[in-house]
Amino acid sequence: MGDLQATTGDNLIEVRDLHFQRGNRLIFDGVDIDIARGKITAIMGPSGTGKTTLLRLIGGQLRPERGTIHLEGNNIPRLNRTELFAVRRKMGMLFQSGALFTDLNVYENVAFPLRVHTQLTEEMIRDLVLIKLQAVGLRGARDLMPSELSGGMARRAALARAIVLDPQLIMYDEPFVGQDPISMGMLVQLIRLLNDSLGLTSIIVSHDVHETASIADYIYVIADGKVVGHGTPEQVMNTDEPRVRQFIRGLPDGPVPFHYPAVNYRDDLLLGA
Amino acid sequence: MLNFLQRLGLNGLETLTVLGRAGRFWWQALWGLPDWRNGPRLLVRQLYFVGVYSLVIIIVSGIFIGMVLALQGYTVLVRFGADQALGQLVSLALIRELGPVVAALLFAGRAGSALTAEIGLMKATEQLASMEMIGVDPLKRVIRPRLWAGMISMPILAQIFNMVAIWGAVAVGVDWLHVDTGSFWSNMQSAVEFREDVVNGLIKSVVFGAVITWIAVFQGYDAVPTSEGISAATTRTVVYSSLAILGIDFLLTAVMFGVN
Repeated sequence: MGDLQATTGDNLIEVRDLHFQRGNRLIFDGVDIDIARGKITAIMGPSGTGKTTLLRLIGGQLRPERGTIHLEGNNIPRLNRTELFAVRRKMGMLFQSGALFTDLNVYENVAFPLRVHTQLTEEMIRDLVLIKLQAVGLRGARDLMPSELSGGMARRAALARAIVLDPQLIMYDEPFVGQDPISMGMLVQLIRLLNDSLGLTSIIVSHDVHETASIADYIYVIADGKVVGHGTPEQVMNTDEPRVRQFIRGLPDGPVPFHYPAVNYRDDLLLGA
Repeated sequence: MLNFLQRLGLNGLETLTVLGRAGRFWWQALWGLPDWRNGPRLLVRQLYFVGVYSLVIIIVSGIFIGMVLALQGYTVLVRFGADQALGQLVSLALIRELGPVVAALLFAGRAGSALTAEIGLMKATEQLASMEMIGVDPLKRVIRPRLWAGMISMPILAQIFNMVAIWGAVAVGVDWLHVDTGSFWSNMQSAVEFREDVVNGLIKSVVFGAVITWIAVFQGYDAVPTSEGISAATTRTVVYSSLAILGIDFLLTAVMFGVN
């Protein structure tokens, strides 16, 4: 596994010793993650391992029990409400459902962050919105309502909204789920293109191994509340760590068992006799 | 026995926690610097959704309640030869009690449930979370205008309800059952006090409007973001706010009109 801890100066986000619990379920049990500036970092892992929770912790929507999340000197869990809202202006987030505001059309959705955070004139807002919509290929769909968009289009419109304030960081929550091959390919390309052309730092949370591996610069694999492996896509693909191997190869049985815990099969059958 | 006590304590604690959360939620949403740029526009929009959309049910119910009230009142009063007192009976019953309470119950069913479902759905589709990530506080942007809209539109709706109900009572009592017009109106005028009756009725409906919208938006905001969760939250809104209206009405009546 690569040793990322050595290159701390270039990290936009540093997560240290993160503990998070939901009810009685331990979601994170001492997680360390570095998000390198200007790169695409993928957080992968089986469903239910708290990948989305991690994004919410970074966005400050949840607070961890223990540990720090530093974004350029700000420890996010320690910020008060006002400071948090200020830091969030540097972040864009693409939600799984797109989360467009259903009472506004595409144009107004993209214009929303500009209207609340800037004093720009209507002409400038129009130019910026059209530039971002052009980047995601939806300039012609500006007058449609969110309910009239397909899943892929909704996600692209939401992407335009997420980047309209030119954030430093953009977080993608399961961007490939439920996409047909065409819009999947389009999204993969867009994520790479936006990252490189706008100088963004990107975090992708996903369990789609191949799409993610094809664009990520660095991959973390989370399982059982811990980072079980990390490295470049090649390193992760060729690892010997059994949990990572099972996940990457998609093997039905392994350290993550196929069978839900149960009593002995033979005993169970005989019980009914 | 011990188990029962334990469960009682646990339920008590849970209820208190929810109440505390709801109280903080209300406080945070309602107070703070007003947003002069977007506030008025958002408020007008909500006044339209919450208030104007409730007009039809308020007006139709008001007419019928006034008509029934006049009919029932007349059949009793006429036995004692006191049918001239109909105006007094109808107006006092409406302005003090029926107007604020029935309008509030209708409002809870019409606007309260819609508010809960809307906000619950906004939560389920991550719209509230994405608003937070954009750096806009949904408590201020989404919740606050709805709370104010409820408090402003409820008293107006209750007064409209009173007016059409009295009109319905006139239609039945005066036009149909031939109670003397002059005594109907003059009895009403001499019986209804502005401070004692009208203002107290208005205070009641402001309180009801605040309580209903508080319950409705909190249930939506606190809903489990699934379809069952939202439907349960909508039900809770109607049940809790109906009970709250009737309970608070008794308390307010006792304070306002109680025997000294």
